[in-house]
Amino acid sequence: MSMFNAITLSGVFVLDQDEALEFYVGKLGMVVKDDVDLGFMRWLTVQVPGDDDRAILLERPGPPTMDDASAEKVRELVTKGATGLALGLTTSDCRKTYETLKARGVEFSQEPTENSYGIDCGARDPFGNHIRIVQLPTSG
Amino acid sequence: MSRAVEDSNRRLLRARDAMDRAYAQPLDVPALARLAFISEAHFIRMFRATFGETPHRYLQRRRVERAMYLLRESDRSVTDICMETGFASLGTFSRTFKEIVGTSPSEYRANGRTSTRVPNCFAMAWTRPSTNWRPSTFG
Repeated sequence: MSMFNAITLSGVFVLDQDEALEFYVGKLGMVVKDDVDLGFMRWLTVQVPGDDDRAILLERPGPPTMDDASAEKVRELVTKGATGLALGLTTSDCRKTYETLKARGVEFSQEPTENSYGIDCGARDPFGNHIRIVQLPTSG
Repeated sequence: MSRAVEDSNRRLLRARDAMDRAYAQPLDVPALARLAFISEAHFIRMFRATFGETPHRYLQRRRVERAMYLLRESDRSVTDICMETGFASLGTFSRTFKEIVGTSPSEYRANGRTSTRVPNCFAMAWTRPSTNWRPSTFG
């Protein structure tokens, strides 16, 4: 039996939290779950509407969780797309979602492509984070 | 200083993404340089400094990765796959494929592995070997 029940929170490094909100909420259509000033940091999470069990922390690299030099390295890695997959999202219609997001100005690294696991495409957030959008065979 | 690096990285990543999207098209350095707001004279040098390889090499690896996928997952002829992935001739395709993968396209297909339900981006990353690592030595 597993020690854990679920993955409820994962984090993405963003370079600017307001710009992140414009993208994740304004363009991707997510909703804000928490936006709290903790004093030492702004706790900002978003979620897919209706998917209340899982949130994404939009975290700005920097003090107090890391020193300025480390934050600078993180920022450099994010902007060159070297931090790996940030998010995997599912959709019921990959091509339609792609067209909708493209019209909203979302940047893509890959157009919808058929694969053995479904149809997916690759997008970037404004900072360089990689987002996969997948239409699984059962979700079509 | 740092912000300048971040801006440069992001613009170069935008150009690299354009190569990923249109991997079968000929390498168009002037267009990529314009997309990155970098002079054509500096683009290749800056791309290499940022990503560790030239745009030409990146595009070769991207094409070979797609060719590997098609060889594994489809019954299409090697010639078809060569054209589909943007190589100008079968000779260039075979030579580039062997240089990067370590085997010819036909040998690779004959030794093909079963597909996995791994997102395309990871299959791309893992089957796109670096100078020091070949997928044929893995698994």
